[in-house]
Amino acid sequence: MLEKALHGSKLYWAWVIVLLVCIGVGIAAYINQFNYGLGLTGMSRDVSWGLYISQFVFLVGVAASGVMVAIPLYLHNFKEFGKIIIFGEFMAVAAVLMAVLFVLVDLGYPTRVLNVLLYPSPHSMLFWDMCVLSSYLLVNILIGWTVLGAERKGVKPPNWTRILSYIAIPLAISIHTVTAFLIAGLPGRAYWLTAIMAARFLASAFAAGPALLIVICFIMRKFTTFKASDKAIDTLAKIVCYAMIANVFFFVLEIFTAFYSNIPSHMASLEYLFFGLDGSGQLVPFMWTAVVLAFVGLFLLLVPKLRRNHKTLIVGLVAVFFACWIDKGLGLILAGFVPNSFEQVVDYIPNLNEILVIVGVYGIGFLVLTVLYKVAVNVHEHGIAFAHSKDREIAEGADAADAAE
Amino acid sequence: MYKGGRIILFAGLFVLLMAVPLLVNLGNATAAPTPNVDTPAINALSEKQCVESTEYMRSSHMQLLDEWRNDVVRDGATDYKSASGQVYEISLDDTCLECHSNREEFCDSCHEYSSVELYCWDCHDLADAKQAN
Amino acid sequence: MAARNEDRERSRDGSMERRTFLKAGALAAASAVIPLSACTVEGAAGAEGETVHKVMKTRQWGFVIDVEKLNASGVMDKIIQACHHAHNVPDTGDPKTEIKWIWEDDFEHSFSDIDSEYASERVVKLGFPLLCNHCEEPPCVRLCPTEATFKRGDGIVVMDYHRCIGCRFCMAGCPYGARSLNFFDPRPYIDDPNPDYPTRSKGVVEKCMLCSERIDQGKEPLCAELSEGAIIFGDLTDPDSPVRKALSENFTIRRRVELGTGPCVYYIANGGEAHA
Repeated sequence: MLEKALHGSKLYWAWVIVLLVCIGVGIAAYINQFNYGLGLTGMSRDVSWGLYISQFVFLVGVAASGVMVAIPLYLHNFKEFGKIIIFGEFMAVAAVLMAVLFVLVDLGYPTRVLNVLLYPSPHSMLFWDMCVLSSYLLVNILIGWTVLGAERKGVKPPNWTRILSYIAIPLAISIHTVTAFLIAGLPGRAYWLTAIMAARFLASAFAAGPALLIVICFIMRKFTTFKASDKAIDTLAKIVCYAMIANVFFFVLEIFTAFYSNIPSHMASLEYLFFGLDGSGQLVPFMWTAVVLAFVGLFLLLVPKLRRNHKTLIVGLVAVFFACWIDKGLGLILAGFVPNSFEQVVDYIPNLNEILVIVGVYGIGFLVLTVLYKVAVNVHEHGIAFAHSKDREIAEGADAADAAE
Repeated sequence: MYKGGRIILFAGLFVLLMAVPLLVNLGNATAAPTPNVDTPAINALSEKQCVESTEYMRSSHMQLLDEWRNDVVRDGATDYKSASGQVYEISLDDTCLECHSNREEFCDSCHEYSSVELYCWDCHDLADAKQAN
Repeated sequence: MAARNEDRERSRDGSMERRTFLKAGALAAASAVIPLSACTVEGAAGAEGETVHKVMKTRQWGFVIDVEKLNASGVMDKIIQACHHAHNVPDTGDPKTEIKWIWEDDFEHSFSDIDSEYASERVVKLGFPLLCNHCEEPPCVRLCPTEATFKRGDGIVVMDYHRCIGCRFCMAGCPYGARSLNFFDPRPYIDDPNPDYPTRSKGVVEKCMLCSERIDQGKEPLCAELSEGAIIFGDLTDPDSPVRKALSENFTIRRRVELGTGPCVYYIANGGEAHA
C-alpha cells in the first residue's frame, strides 16, 4: 500500500522535500547534541526538563485524542465518523512516534535506553508509560493498516480489528493518564502535585487533538479528494468546544485552590506564569496570549452560527489548539521547576540546537502523517471509484494486485 | 517480468551497496593482535596468573567484569574468591589495571581489532584525565 | 469475471504464503534468541570462582550536623573541597551545569518553608552544609525507570553509573536539589583528579554517595572525619549510636519533612548553647 505515497502532485513533493530538509537539519543538530551532551540545550540543573519533555507531554495528548472519534463511532454507532476514524488513528500513530522520539532525544545517555526493558521497574511511572505508549502505537498501526488494506480490497476488515478498536479506547485514556502520573506524583513540585492533573491532561488533549484533526480535514478538502462531511466536522467541533470548556474550568479550579488556600508553593508557579516572579517573567506574554486565544476560541466554537461558518470555525480551532499548546507544551513543564528547591527562579531559554532538534522530530512526525494520510486518501478515492463503477474497480483491483506482486 | 530491467538494476545496486564494507576491506586483513602482558607488575609476579585461568579470562572476562561491577556497586561486595581459593579485591582500577597497567596494548588492541568499543575508560583509569591537565 | 476470481484466488494464496512465511520467520527469530540467552546465562557464572557476598547489616546511616559548631570551626570550605576532590566532582564554573555533592547555602534557601523575616541574626548568618539526605523513602529511587539509583541495605541511596540513562526523573523528583546531571564530559573540568576514584561519563546523573567506598572499608564519611566533631555520623536505627545520642540531647530540624521522604540529615538548631 505504501507505494501509493510515491505518486503525488508537485505540491505534495515540495511538502515532502521541506519535511526531509527539516529532518536532515534535526538529525545534524541531534548528532551535535549526542556528541557534546545535553549541555547543548537550555536545560540546567534547576530546570532539568525543557521543551523536549513538554512536547512529549503535549503530543501524547494529541495521540490520545483519537479516542474522541473512536468513542462516538464504536460505542454510540455514530456512522458519520466512519470515514475519518482512520485519520484519527494515523494521527495517533504520528503523535506517539514523535512523543517517543522526544523522550529519546531528551535522554542524557540514549544508547542505554534499552535498560528500561532490561531492568523493568514497576515502581517507576516511566516504565508504565513506555508499556502503554508502545501498546497504543502498535494497536493503532495494526488497526489502521489492516482496515485500510481491507477497504482497498473491498472486503470487510477482520473481526479482530473491531476488538482491538475497543481495546484502543481505554489504552488511549491510559497513555495520557500515565503521562500525567509522571509529573503528578513528585513530592517537591507543587504545581504538578494535583489530583486533577490527569483530568486536565485529558481535557486539553480532547480539545487540541480533534481541533488539529478538523484543521487537517479542511486542508485535505482543499488539496485532496477526501471530503469530510459537514456533519462529522460539526460534531467534532462540538467535542472540541466541550473539552476546552472542561480544560479551562479545571485550570480555574487550580487557580482557586492555589490562591484561596494561600499556600506559597502552590501559588508560586502560577504567579511566575502570569505575573512573573523575582523579576523573571519570560512566559508571561505567552500565558496571556493563551488566555486570549482560549476565550476567543471558545466563543467562536460555542455560538452555533460561528461554529458552522467554516471560516470562523477554523480561526476558533487554531486558537484553541495554540492555547492548549502554550498551556501544556510550554508553561506546564517549565513552571513546575519554578521556584527550585532553594526558592530561586532560574530561567530556561531553549537554544538554537535544541530548537533544530525539535524541528527535526516534528519533521519526522509530519512526514509519517503525510505518507499515511496520502495512502488513506488514495484508498478512499479507490473506494469512491468502486461506488461509481464496478467494472473499473475490477480493472484497478487487478492492477493493484499486480503492483503488489 | 513487469519493469524487469529496472528491478534487476536496482537489486544489483542494492547488493553492491550492502557489500561495500566487504569490498573496501578486501585484502586489508590485519594480523590478530597478541595482548601484551609485559608490565613491571606482571613481571614481578612469581607465578604469572590472573584472577582466573587464562582460558577463562580470554573467553569470559566480560561476564566476570559485568558480575564484578554489579556485585561491588549494587551489593557492596569487595572480595572475590577465585577457583584456586585466592581472594582478590573486586576493583577494575586496583586489581585489574594494577597488573595490566598497559591498557592500550592489553585491552584496547584486541577491542579495536574486533571493533568492540570500550566505554570503561570514560570513567575508570584516570590516565587520560591526568594527561589532559 | 472468471479472470477476477482467479486473481482473488492468487492474491489469497499469496497472502497465505506470506503469512506462513512470517510465522516461520518469527519462529526462527525466537529459536535464535533462546540459545543466545541460554549461552549468556551459562557463560556468566561459569565453573570458576565467585564473589564473597557479605550480608549487609540492615540499618539507616544518617548525619547530625551541629551547624554553629561547623561555622565556628571554619572547616566548611575544606570539607567541600576535600569531598569534591576525593570523588572527582568537576567544577564547571556555571551555576546551570554545576555538579554538587556537598555545598553550602544560607538558612533562607535551605529551610525556605520555616524561614521568617524575623529570624535571629545568628541563624541568618549561618552557612548550612547541604547534601543528599539519603531519605528513608527516597522519591528518586521510586521514580528511576532502570533502578540505576537504589537504596542499599545500610540505607545509602547510591547511583549505579553504569545503568543510568540520564532521563533526569530523579532530578525532578528530588526536593533537595541534591542531584546533578553531567551535561557534558566532566573530565576537562576536574583540575586535580584523584586516581583512586572513578569519574563519571557525560549524560549520567550523580550525587553524594555517602562515601560508600569508605564505609565499606569501615571508615567514616570524609565530611564527618574532617568536621572536627561538628558532623556526627552513625546508624539511626541503633539507639546507642552517636547520632541517636546527639538527637536525644539537641533540638534538631530537617529539610522538607512534610513531604514524607524521611530525610536522614539532621541539623542542630540550638548548638550554640548546648556546646557553650
